[in-house]
Amino acid sequence: MSAIAIRDVRKTYGKTEVIHGVSLDIEDGEFIVIVGPSGCGKSTLLRMVAGLETITAGTIDIGGRVVNQLEPRERDIAMVFQNYALYPHMSVYNNMAYGLKIAGFSKADIQARVEKAAAMLQLQDFLDRKPRQLSGGQRQRVAMGRAVVRDPAVFLFDEPLSNLDAKLRVQMRLEIKRLQQSVGTTALYVTHDQVEAMTLADRLVVMHDGIAEQIDTPLAVYERPATTFVAGFIGSPAMNMLPAEACGADGLKLANGEIVKPSEAPLPEAGRQVTLGVRPEHLEPASESAAELMLEVSAVETLGADTLAHGHLIGVSNGDGELVARLPGNAKVNAGDRLPLAIEPGMAHLFDAESGKRLGKDASGARPFRSKASASAEA
Amino acid sequence: MEKRVSFNNRALPYLLLFPQLAVTAVFFFWPAGQALYQSFLRPDPFGLSARFVGLENFRYILTDPLYLQSFATTAIFTSLVTFVAMAVALFLAAMADQVIKGSGVYRTLIVWPYAVAPAVAGVMWMFMLQPSIGVIAFYMKQLGITWNPLLDGQDAMLLVVLASAWKQVSYNFLFFLAGMQAVPRSLIEAAAIDGAGRWRRFWTIIFPLLSPTTFFLLVINIVYAFFETFGVIHTMTSGGPGRATTTLVYKVYADGFVGQDLGSSAAQSVILMVVVSVLTVIQFRYIERRVHY
Amino acid sequence: MVEKRGVGTVLTHVALILGIGLLCFPLYLTFVGSTHTSRDVLSVPMPLLPGDQMVRNYTVALTSGVGVGVAKMLANSMVMALGIAVGKIAISMLSAYAIVYFRFPFRMAAFWAIFMTLMLPVEVRIVPTFEVVASLNMLNSYTGLILPLIASATATFLFRQFFLTVPDELVEAARVDGAGPMRFFKDILLPLSRTNMAALFVILFIYGWNQYLWPLLITTRGDMNTIVMGLGQMIPSADDYGDWPVTMAAATLAIVPPVAVVIFMQRLFIKGLVESEK
Repeated sequence: MSAIAIRDVRKTYGKTEVIHGVSLDIEDGEFIVIVGPSGCGKSTLLRMVAGLETITAGTIDIGGRVVNQLEPRERDIAMVFQNYALYPHMSVYNNMAYGLKIAGFSKADIQARVEKAAAMLQLQDFLDRKPRQLSGGQRQRVAMGRAVVRDPAVFLFDEPLSNLDAKLRVQMRLEIKRLQQSVGTTALYVTHDQVEAMTLADRLVVMHDGIAEQIDTPLAVYERPATTFVAGFIGSPAMNMLPAEACGADGLKLANGEIVKPSEAPLPEAGRQVTLGVRPEHLEPASESAAELMLEVSAVETLGADTLAHGHLIGVSNGDGELVARLPGNAKVNAGDRLPLAIEPGMAHLFDAESGKRLGKDASGARPFRSKASASAEA
Repeated sequence: MEKRVSFNNRALPYLLLFPQLAVTAVFFFWPAGQALYQSFLRPDPFGLSARFVGLENFRYILTDPLYLQSFATTAIFTSLVTFVAMAVALFLAAMADQVIKGSGVYRTLIVWPYAVAPAVAGVMWMFMLQPSIGVIAFYMKQLGITWNPLLDGQDAMLLVVLASAWKQVSYNFLFFLAGMQAVPRSLIEAAAIDGAGRWRRFWTIIFPLLSPTTFFLLVINIVYAFFETFGVIHTMTSGGPGRATTTLVYKVYADGFVGQDLGSSAAQSVILMVVVSVLTVIQFRYIERRVHY
Repeated sequence: MVEKRGVGTVLTHVALILGIGLLCFPLYLTFVGSTHTSRDVLSVPMPLLPGDQMVRNYTVALTSGVGVGVAKMLANSMVMALGIAVGKIAISMLSAYAIVYFRFPFRMAAFWAIFMTLMLPVEVRIVPTFEVVASLNMLNSYTGLILPLIASATATFLFRQFFLTVPDELVEAARVDGAGPMRFFKDILLPLSRTNMAALFVILFIYGWNQYLWPLLITTRGDMNTIVMGLGQMIPSADDYGDWPVTMAAATLAIVPPVAVVIFMQRLFIKGLVESEK
């Protein structure tokens, strides 16, 4: 039995459908991150799980009960909000205790639970303070404490770190992960930040325009993006996308007429319009003769560890030939250089030009159900 | 603006709304409907029955020279009160805006008249300006100024204008001062560097930037002079001498309660309702606009 | 801040002091008038410094006044002002809560019904309102003094405005915490509205205290008079010299409560004033 089962859930506002049937099974204790650009429906999906939005069609099942018609309090969930949503007039203690009080816990029980959570989150010294007397990170911890004390079946996180500065975000990211692992509670986490998504998730749900484009472990999403959208969204700088035409066994004809033949990549039938995807980190400098792609460098960004060479394929002046290569930090490249590049073996991705779907034998697509064994990628 | 989430509860919202809607229905819609209804009726001389006369009451009052006169009186009264109250407040606010030391004390001393009821203001000013016992009236006489508001309509008008404007200065002052303090200091400094003196800075920088406040106060002061000065007029002049200070609101009262001419009074009420509605719409549109700033 | 020269600053202060002097003179004179004998006040010009009849005049005013003692009228005014302030705040908070936090049929209709009352001050509809109150047997009663004046939209709007600024996530958090609508109202919204309630209270108290026309119409018995309207009837007319000092003592007493509220709760007062005009 899974902790949460989402079956073909849809959401319609008036006449517009914003979520077009998402299905997802979450195992007990799993950390699932829903990631996508703003407006993709990720928050709506989370809020439907929380009971803050009605479910237009489909079912959501938490711990074996269909919760569609239940109030949030009856769903055995706790939620951490983007703006923390701490009650400004209550002390930290009362913020954490409020839900327990409503649920009718005894005073002693409430105290024990709040103190335990406070200890876990290093909030013992702040229990009497009001939220406005706390720093952003502390408020964030109180918000988490409020979720922890209830000991719910599921934690729901709605972009909880987006109000923090970059440094604090990294720190809180680790704390959230540690906390979730120590209490072992199933977590559903929404973010638009791919780094947060990759680092936190046991499994990722990449959403786009109300559809779950891919559901898989972070590494699998990175290595075998199911669609061009996923390929472009996960990874930074984004994957290079070159339109090409398949020429049978010869390889692929690029916009500049040159033919590349990515090794090991399954070649589609001749004449098919495809998109060749290569991550910047999988392009490496090659000798002029071994070059698969010729890049005319237009700008160089030196980042220390890496050097990013931006430019376009020689012979293609429009956007179709734009390319970024991630080179070693000590690479000597200048704007205006001609840079011969080769694709690392096995690192080319092929997508159908029209549907954007991944082509080839390892095309996984959106896999809604997975076995538990492969689910826990993180150790 | 709407809330993203809402409680779904069938009966509760109606229960919550009930007290206010009940009060509104009984003391607002019922009387307002009543006024509308009566404005089309004319009671017989004994008040036993009434007959439907259509727009006759309106035709009657709109051609009644006394009503038209009170329209004119109201216009003069309102303009004077608005002008005096706003000019004095603007001056005091401009001064207070310059002051750093003691500004809190000054503000308190300027703000308190707001709390004085119009009727009490009338009594206080009457005490100063009553021709036979008033101290100010005495000194005016010494200076050779003829002053007799009990007999002279213009003097009476001046009397009610002074008392009404006096009370409204505080309100205008607060809003003008807040408006001035919202003017960015850097603008004033820039103007100073451009060589504008204090006087010039005020009229070319601060005053134009205050225009939203000024317009807002204009509407508020008109509404005040129209509807809230009944107490001043009633305590000081009772609309006299000879109708010189009978404003529209005073006339509704005088015709309805003293004269017992209900049809006419109701028609006057309806006309006033239209006036207030127009003023409210102006005010509301202005507020809408202010939100977009 | 542009630096000011010495003379300019002095002139500014002088102008302010003169202005304030003019503004405060009526109050001062009223007070002086309440401390002399009737004869001194009637002798022109009356003295401009306080006299020694204060105790006598105030005692007379409080106990006998003109017909009814001012003490009784002050109590009536207090009941009316408190009733209006508390009543308005209570009913407007509830209705604003319903309008902002619930979706239900006729929601907008209710909103507009309340909104329309913004347009019509009681002065405009006095005659029919009087008839309604008379037919409900509310003449000479506190209910009659209070209820018709709490039918106004201003407070509802203020609370609606404020509720709309309360973050949505707070309601959501409360719902996740298991709070139902009334619990959310009591535990979260009410405490958060405290400042707004207090600010509004100050404004409404003054509004209620200063009513003149309405009590004038519906109180025909002296013992139901409020101080402001009662004072209006204490002005000696031109031909009878009356007891001006007692009238002035009553005037002073009528002013003290609302002025005290403004002065001692100035911050709330200004907040209330500014917000209730939005």
